[in-house]
Amino acid sequence: MTSLALTRESIARVRPGPAVAAVLIALFLLLFLVVPVVQVIFVAFQDKTTGSFTLINFADFFRNDLFMRSFWNSFYVSAMSVVVASALALPLAYLTTRFEFRGAVLIQSLGIIPLIMPPFIGAVAMQLLFGRNGTVNLLLRDHFGISIPFMEGLNGVIFVQSIHYFPFILINLSASLKNIDRAMEESAQNLGCHGFRLFRRIVFPLAMPGYVAGASLVFIKVFDDLGTPLLLNVNDMLAPQAYLRISSIGIADPMGYVISVVLIVCSLLALWVSALAMKGKDYATVQRGGGGLARRRMKPLELVAAYAVVLLILVLVLAPHIGLTLLSFATIWSFSPFPDAFTMKHYGTVFLESGQYITNTLLYASLAALLDVVIGTAIAYLVLRTKLPGRQWLDYVAMAALAVPGVVLGIGYLRSFYDVPMPFTGQPLSGFWLILVFALAIRRLPYALRACTAALQQVSNSLEEAAENLGATKLRTISRVVVPLMSGGILAGFVTSFATAAVELSATIMLVHSQSDAPLAYGLYVYMQSAAGRGPGAALGVFAVVIVGLGTYLSHVIIERGRRERGQDH
Amino acid sequence: MSRTLHGVAAALAVMLASSTAAFAQDPSGKLVVVTSFPKDLTSAFQQAFQKAYPKVTLEVLNRNTNAGVKYLQETASNNGTDLFWASAPDAFEVLKGANLLQAYKPKVEGIPDKVGAYPINDPEGMYAGFAASGYGIMWNSRYMKANDLPAPKEWSDLAKPVYYDHVAISAPSRSGTTHLTIETILQGEGWEKGWRTNKEIAGNYRTITERSFGVPDGVNSGSFGVGIVIDFFALSSQASGFPVEFVYPTVTTIVPANIGIVKNAPNKVAAETFVDFILSPEGQEVLLQPAIRRLPVNPATYAKAPADYPNPFKDTSLGSQVNFDVEVSQARYNVVDALFDQLITFQLDGLKAATRAIHQADAALAKKPNDKGKALLAEARDLVAAMPVTAQEAADPQLAGAFTVERKSATDAVPERQAQVEQKWAAFAKDNYAAARKKAEEALALAR
Repeated sequence: MTSLALTRESIARVRPGPAVAAVLIALFLLLFLVVPVVQVIFVAFQDKTTGSFTLINFADFFRNDLFMRSFWNSFYVSAMSVVVASALALPLAYLTTRFEFRGAVLIQSLGIIPLIMPPFIGAVAMQLLFGRNGTVNLLLRDHFGISIPFMEGLNGVIFVQSIHYFPFILINLSASLKNIDRAMEESAQNLGCHGFRLFRRIVFPLAMPGYVAGASLVFIKVFDDLGTPLLLNVNDMLAPQAYLRISSIGIADPMGYVISVVLIVCSLLALWVSALAMKGKDYATVQRGGGGLARRRMKPLELVAAYAVVLLILVLVLAPHIGLTLLSFATIWSFSPFPDAFTMKHYGTVFLESGQYITNTLLYASLAALLDVVIGTAIAYLVLRTKLPGRQWLDYVAMAALAVPGVVLGIGYLRSFYDVPMPFTGQPLSGFWLILVFALAIRRLPYALRACTAALQQVSNSLEEAAENLGATKLRTISRVVVPLMSGGILAGFVTSFATAAVELSATIMLVHSQSDAPLAYGLYVYMQSAAGRGPGAALGVFAVVIVGLGTYLSHVIIERGRRERGQDH
Repeated sequence: MSRTLHGVAAALAVMLASSTAAFAQDPSGKLVVVTSFPKDLTSAFQQAFQKAYPKVTLEVLNRNTNAGVKYLQETASNNGTDLFWASAPDAFEVLKGANLLQAYKPKVEGIPDKVGAYPINDPEGMYAGFAASGYGIMWNSRYMKANDLPAPKEWSDLAKPVYYDHVAISAPSRSGTTHLTIETILQGEGWEKGWRTNKEIAGNYRTITERSFGVPDGVNSGSFGVGIVIDFFALSSQASGFPVEFVYPTVTTIVPANIGIVKNAPNKVAAETFVDFILSPEGQEVLLQPAIRRLPVNPATYAKAPADYPNPFKDTSLGSQVNFDVEVSQARYNVVDALFDQLITFQLDGLKAATRAIHQADAALAKKPNDKGKALLAEARDLVAAMPVTAQEAADPQLAGAFTVERKSATDAVPERQAQVEQKWAAFAKDNYAAARKKAEEALALAR
């Protein structure tokens, strides 16, 4: 009894809990992120002739026209993508959270789907729809004699990237909007503020944490993404340059690794700038009873306009998936607005061959996403609520994962874990499927972390203090007060991590050691290497999208029901 | 409890004994193959092989060639792969150089030494050719019809103004097969003239893709009209129903796609069985399937092929024009890739602008001849064709040293860093293309 009281007292004083959590997380990051990455990128700092430390490679980087051009292109594309993505996300988020809108949950779920752009096949679908000889341009040329260069050069990258990544803003912004205290809005209205001014001066600023979290993710992700530019054959951007150099045979050129370092540094900078923008402001709201903005009814005319806008945006952002669906039913689709004929055959092929891929993907992606939200919540809590020295670094290091090219992580894992035999079987540890889960978790951790941080920023400290004053332990406060209040953000993090992990390819492709352990993205890759595989590949892509889309929808339904049960909605 | 344990142990012992006894003749167990081949090919062989040898479980791992080589290098310390199975002979050369393969002489009889002018098997027996492939031109007939383009026949056709912005290729640094195409043109026409042809074609590129399959994929969808591809991409696309056609130009090389047993292969017996199987008449026939369409190396198999199937052993014009010199190719391998990237891939906009200006001036001068204009145009063409290095320099180990994987010892002199060399070449190309464009525009002004 005494000992128990003592422990409790000492816990209250020294609080080893957070420290232990911090150390565990630090160890995890060290083992599965820092060590593997350093194993690969130290080459950037190595003199090729003597093997000694040098910065000459960085000098070469800045003296090279191509790299500088790539650098500015990447910067331009990322900035423009944030702009376009915001234009897509703002109306959807605002309309669905602020007004009584039929199908809001459906729209929110559909809005996530663009994140699940299966590798290769997404770009093929986009080319078939918007390319120089895609559906839109063929029709335009036939009827009006014009064509629009949607997909030419950097335009194409901005177009595809904003469609692909705008859900980051949508999810985080919606979560934020839902968390705004209604009293704020009502007070403003009582003081005579209405319409756009209300949005600009009160609602949007209060939703800033979510917007900034989303926008910074979009910026960094576009900056570091290599899949889209490569598939559109735009290679004078930074990430593709790094990838091209690292993955060519016979070239042990340090420049690829130099670019990786530059990518990591830029991502951290962007993050730091976004943190700076949020600094010194308090976004927490005390009153949590209200559960978000009041939903208003729209006038009939407004309603029509709102539906038109939402529909237009949805058609645009779902275009790749519409193309994908057409492709999965198409016999031959070549230089024509629509496929020659339709067939069910591809689904049959996939059904027979790919069950294993689907179950593996579900297992890996959900484990990885679970790991992500646990670690993400913990880091967010440590950073925002404790005074542990160096806690910021957990955040920075975890976010750096965003900038690590998947190939680098993949090779790093092989180097770090291949020689470690697994207990009992003696197989190389890197061949164990759980390693693949860790790789996916590390790669997707930044998404979850940003979502959790934004969610926690909106929970007022005083709620925790109140709970503790009422005698709740720290752990109980966290589990019964903080985490439930963060649930929207945590869900957003889970969904983004899950959805994107489900179609991750670049790290996967290095780490799959046996077919029976392979996830869906690998299956897609295999299909998309041959002319005959295009249809089945598209069908498999549709499966991926449907599975992840259903998962997203279900989690939305669950969380909405939770809200309702807690009486937060009416 | 202990009785069960004993039972298990006994059962294990029996199993072990029987499997060792059977080991010598009868292949069994898991056979791991790392391959860059598409599913169509691998699953067809997998089915045929498992039918013949049901005791072996074939595990196929798909990686692109580069990633496959990287994977084998990274995992060599604790190797779990039995076979490497891919197209590009040079990938096998890299593995051979890194001492990651082991020699095996296939037991199958009747396979000639050469296909076209290219030796089928590695002289040291580290890897064996199992199917031949040639490079050529593929096009989308709907696209050609819509854009009123004639069907090309030779590489030089692709340099014609009519194909401007319609042609695609994959970067040779990304695709071993394209590298061989470029190298074939260089060897067939000589260094200077070969590069001239390459750059004149490049001036018509619509895009340069990052994966080899990006080219047939784009031609199939009609994103671009004409692609420079390896034959089976075109033949299998055709067989899948896409409206595409294919031709072998006169200057082409028929090269074998290969298989090699990985050093310290866990299941050596099964690996050898597999090699022999794919070379056997039964295995070679798989290559004729419509979705695969590669050229068998066993001449007897052609008897079973469809009527119009290309046969490099009969059709002597196929691939015998160029006597492909593997050593020349090896010596300048990385240099050619880097030259192509720096002069063409990353300077494509400048090169296309210059090419367009040249085409326009050429057309104008044809209508209204002008000697000064002609001279200017010739200068413009020479500027585009100019190379920063000669054939001798390209083969110089000093230069190649800037690109090699690792220095052999700390005393090896590396005169320049790769990034420096590349920057020099890029600046050279950029300036030349800009100057060429200016000259061509002057020529055009004279013809107005």
